Amino acid sequence: MPEIRNYTLNFGPQHPAAHGVLRMVLELDGEVVMRADPHIGLLHRATEKLAEHKTFLQSVPYMDRLDYVSMMCNEHAYVMAIEKLLGLEVPIRAQYIRVMFDEITRILNHLLWIGAHALDVGAMTMFLYAFREREDLMDCYEAVSGARLHAAYYRPGGVYRDLPDSMPQYQAARMPRHSESDIKLMNSNRHGSMLDFIEDFTQRFPTYVDEYETLLTDNRIWKQRTVDIGVITPERALAKGLTGPMLRGSGLAWDIRKQQPYEVYDRMEFDIPVGTNGDCYDRYLVRMEEMRQSNRIMKQCVDWLRKNPGPVITDNYKVAPPNREAMKSNMEELIHHFKLFSEGMHVPEGEAYCAIEHPKGEFGIYLVSDGANKPYRLKIRAPGFAHMSAMDEMARGHMIADVVALMGTMDIVFGEIDR
Amino acid sequence: MEFFQSLLGPFWPVVWTLVKIVAIVAPLLLGVAYVTYAERKVIGYMQVRIGPNRVGPLGLLQPIADGLKLMMKEIIIPSGANKKLFLLAPVLCMAPALIAWAVIPFTPELVLANIDASLLFIMAITSMGVYGVVLAGWASNSKYPFLGAMRSAAQIVSYEIAMGFALVGVLMAAQSLNLVEIVKAQQGASFFSWYWLPLFPLFLVYMISSVAEINRAPFDVAEGESEIVGFHAEYSGMAFAVFFLAEYANMILVATLSSLLFLGGWLPLFDFAPFTWIPGFFWLIAKICFVLFLFLWFRATFPRYRYDQIMRLGWKVFIPVTLVWLLFIGGMMQTPLGYLFH
Repeated sequence: MPEIRNYTLNFGPQHPAAHGVLRMVLELDGEVVMRADPHIGLLHRATEKLAEHKTFLQSVPYMDRLDYVSMMCNEHAYVMAIEKLLGLEVPIRAQYIRVMFDEITRILNHLLWIGAHALDVGAMTMFLYAFREREDLMDCYEAVSGARLHAAYYRPGGVYRDLPDSMPQYQAARMPRHSESDIKLMNSNRHGSMLDFIEDFTQRFPTYVDEYETLLTDNRIWKQRTVDIGVITPERALAKGLTGPMLRGSGLAWDIRKQQPYEVYDRMEFDIPVGTNGDCYDRYLVRMEEMRQSNRIMKQCVDWLRKNPGPVITDNYKVAPPNREAMKSNMEELIHHFKLFSEGMHVPEGEAYCAIEHPKGEFGIYLVSDGANKPYRLKIRAPGFAHMSAMDEMARGHMIADVVALMGTMDIVFGEIDR
Repeated sequence: MEFFQSLLGPFWPVVWTLVKIVAIVAPLLLGVAYVTYAERKVIGYMQVRIGPNRVGPLGLLQPIADGLKLMMKEIIIPSGANKKLFLLAPVLCMAPALIAWAVIPFTPELVLANIDASLLFIMAITSMGVYGVVLAGWASNSKYPFLGAMRSAAQIVSYEIAMGFALVGVLMAAQSLNLVEIVKAQQGASFFSWYWLPLFPLFLVYMISSVAEINRAPFDVAEGESEIVGFHAEYSGMAFAVFFLAEYANMILVATLSSLLFLGGWLPLFDFAPFTWIPGFFWLIAKICFVLFLFLWFRATFPRYRYDQIMRLGWKVFIPVTLVWLLFIGGMMQTPLGYLFH
């Protein structure tokens, strides 16, 4: 009798559900996964090494490209690590702006996650609904930084510039033909400042989340596909180094925004949702609730930012450039500007680890400086990397279709895993 | 016509049948093309976008452009594939989807072959379609299509049973296997006399298992683009297009069958003046479009079932439901209330 061997399937890197370039070697018994072996590195771009050859400021845009769906959060951890080494105080308004954009980013990330997760499980309409809302938030990114994705908006010492007083407006394109009234309707919430636009969004957004929940939360098929899939106990989740919604789904209320508040999170009112079973469905519920909580935080930031104008970047010219007016008339400022953009800032000798509650989990930057204008070593702690390592444990005994659901629930983005 | 009859002599019946076949298949294929267009438009609007709108007015020429594109493309045959079976599979998929139309009545008179056991004929023919899928997965000699074929074989075989039982209810009620007779038996004052009401559980089971039968969402595990890419992952060009056409031809076929068996075929909504003015043929078309719309709506709304969950649904829910309802109908027919089920 011939020997019966398991079926080995090469899942990815060119697979519609591989979320980029995940390659997984699946050992199957029928359709049941006996072993899942993720192979990473197909998107490795040596971000950590590149940072060792660039000035501190030049590495900011590289951070956007790590987890390319939560751009500003990556920047945030990086600039916070530099500020920690410099012992720099960030203006309070900049802190509020950062918190607001961190939460915008969290919603951006979770919207992409729910879209991709639902699409993997077969509900394709969610994807387009999520992208409709992402569009508004990306417009905020664009209004504030000029770029829809890779913003490079946070700077050591603050943010690049203050929030704009106006939002970009839609204009009629030749095709598809929109009538004047269509354009007027699309621009109706864009006449005020950017804060008005965000406030309008925070009012609309909860109903959108309700719509998503109508489609999924009580849907029998959705529940059959996610309940009891990829269960991970709190103990195992801690042992595997899971963070963020992956950990909270298992019932541990660990959130860096609450446990070790950074910036102005200690002044914000928000709740930390936790799950009970640690399955895909609980993680889904946790993330849905997080979107509502982020919305709450955004609203509080908008209210504060309206009332409190002020500087948004430090006046320490060794770190942040002086304003252009002063630069044109004053030798000292001109020299500072020139030195900052040629040689760059010098960060005192030492090491620092700075972690933020990234949409995916704990995103940390470990920075070692030898006093030069470049980091001696930059280590990125990517949450997705730890999540990926739990894949085998979570996938065993499930079917191929569940592996796809698992990848969705882990919210995998290869930019940060491969770095 | 008599001129042609005398010209062709003994060949006339053959030629005349061929003409009728073309008269059915040509509009059908056009219908298939425009179901793909309708799908993209309908789902597009459901997903807050507008769907194809570039090729021709309102994008109406899009299916033609798609067809031309697929025809121009190379049919790649994987080097490890069994060439003959690989090319036979799409044909085996397509042929049953077209053959079944031979016995479909469009009006009481307009039917290519009004045979007595037309329902049985359709059951027999549609079961053949799965061979195309299984063969496609096997002949590709590739892992993903192979999984797709396995899934499809298991799924179609089990849903065939539930579907068959649902149809048994219809033929019990109509006392006939002839589709024309079945529709005629549903004649009544309004749409309440159609079989969807007395056979409601069977109607539901039939609708759901027909979605499974044609491998459409939420039962599209054989294709399952985000899981195993599909049994036709190795196909390209026209060979792929034939699978595609077969899927949509099957969609129209099961929509037509549900209209005929449960929704009164060509019978008008109400059997009085303004409704009876519309010819029966258009009533049938309207009902087919309604059922097709439901299929598209399902696809836009539901996530995909997992393969084992589909099997559980088929064997543990649908087959018991149909069996119980069949017994119930059978019992009721022996009582004075039996007229309700005729």
